[in-house]
Amino acid sequence: MDKKVKVYSTPTCPFCIRTKQFLKDNNIFFEDVDVAADQEAAKEMMQRSGQMGVPVIDIEGRLIVGFDKEEIKKALGM
Amino acid sequence: MKFPAGAGHFPPRPGNGGNMYDLIIIGAGPAGITAAVYAARKKMDFIVITGDIGGQAAWSGDIENYTGYQFVTGPELVSKFEEHMRKYAIETKEGEEAVEIKKGPAGVAVRTTKGAYEAKTVIIASGKKSRELGVPGEKEFKNHGLTYCATCDGPLFAGKDVAVIGGGNSALDAALQLMRIARRVYLITNAPAFTGDPVMLEKVRASAAVTSMVNTEIKEIIGGKMVTGIRIKKDGTEPTLSVGGVFVEIGLIPNAAFAPEVDKNGAGEIKVNCRNETSVPGIFAAGDVTDVPEKQIIIAAGEGAKAALTAFRYLSRMR
Repeated sequence: MDKKVKVYSTPTCPFCIRTKQFLKDNNIFFEDVDVAADQEAAKEMMQRSGQMGVPVIDIEGRLIVGFDKEEIKKALGM
Repeated sequence: MKFPAGAGHFPPRPGNGGNMYDLIIIGAGPAGITAAVYAARKKMDFIVITGDIGGQAAWSGDIENYTGYQFVTGPELVSKFEEHMRKYAIETKEGEEAVEIKKGPAGVAVRTTKGAYEAKTVIIASGKKSRELGVPGEKEFKNHGLTYCATCDGPLFAGKDVAVIGGGNSALDAALQLMRIARRVYLITNAPAFTGDPVMLEKVRASAAVTSMVNTEIKEIIGGKMVTGIRIKKDGTEPTLSVGGVFVEIGLIPNAAFAPEVDKNGAGEIKVNCRNETSVPGIFAAGDVTDVPEKQIIIAAGEGAKAALTAFRYLSRMR
């Protein structure tokens, strides 16, 4: 079963780009949420993660802050 | 490049201990990755230990001076570097950082956040990191309103009052980005004047959203769950500025504290000669962590290549 993945990101953040590239390279489908364009989504990200850094990756409700490849792999069961 | 006959291949983990690598590369920015590609092509037995892939290059915006790419972004170039490195079966310890390296009689011992290794040679290519303010509240509020990357996190501060700390180009660049997003930008330096490019300074000064403050010290970052203000010191008083964001842009420092034995210059950069040799035989260094003039991606990459070839020659002489 594919896991539900959401990436909160800004278009200018290098590690957001690397995170999304990593997911694409591994054929993981994800919802890309641009918190620079969507203030509501930005608030939601800050409330859920309790911090203001991007990217935040939501894998089936589990939040990972930053491009932490090992944690992302673990959460995806790779 | 010609090498002495018979020096071309090293058997895996040769000699003493059975667990000693030919080489450990610390860092995987442009210098470390290029060193890894060269070491792989020389069939050296080596590992790469690094916190992340790409280093500062991953944080770069638009790059227009890396030969062969008229235009490329930092993340794209790093992906290309990584792809090139992955072409070879290179053992990479990612998310692991060097804590201490120590030269012994047989080789160099490398202690990391996750383990301990030994190698005949080491290339330090650990680059630079953002300099910290060193004031109370800085660590607690990192990612809770305090950030070292305006490019990344800037958009999250839309409509807020923010402070940019620093007086050089990176601080001015951050102010230029933020004045379009934030409500008010306090640009604060402890120096008597801003040192960045006059063109950028003019643009910043022309903006009604920016308040510049010189001779102003940061004493403390204040807040609850998130930043709510900073305590500053100016003209003998210590008022508090209400801000929802703090952007620290006060330059970079070399990641070299784990190598106390090697000679460094006044800026803490590792001294190297034109062959990338440090003051300790068997320990080499390359890229922005060194005192090489000019910190550029293409220069760091070239330095990484030189360091790997010098390490290779050093090993050839050892055999």
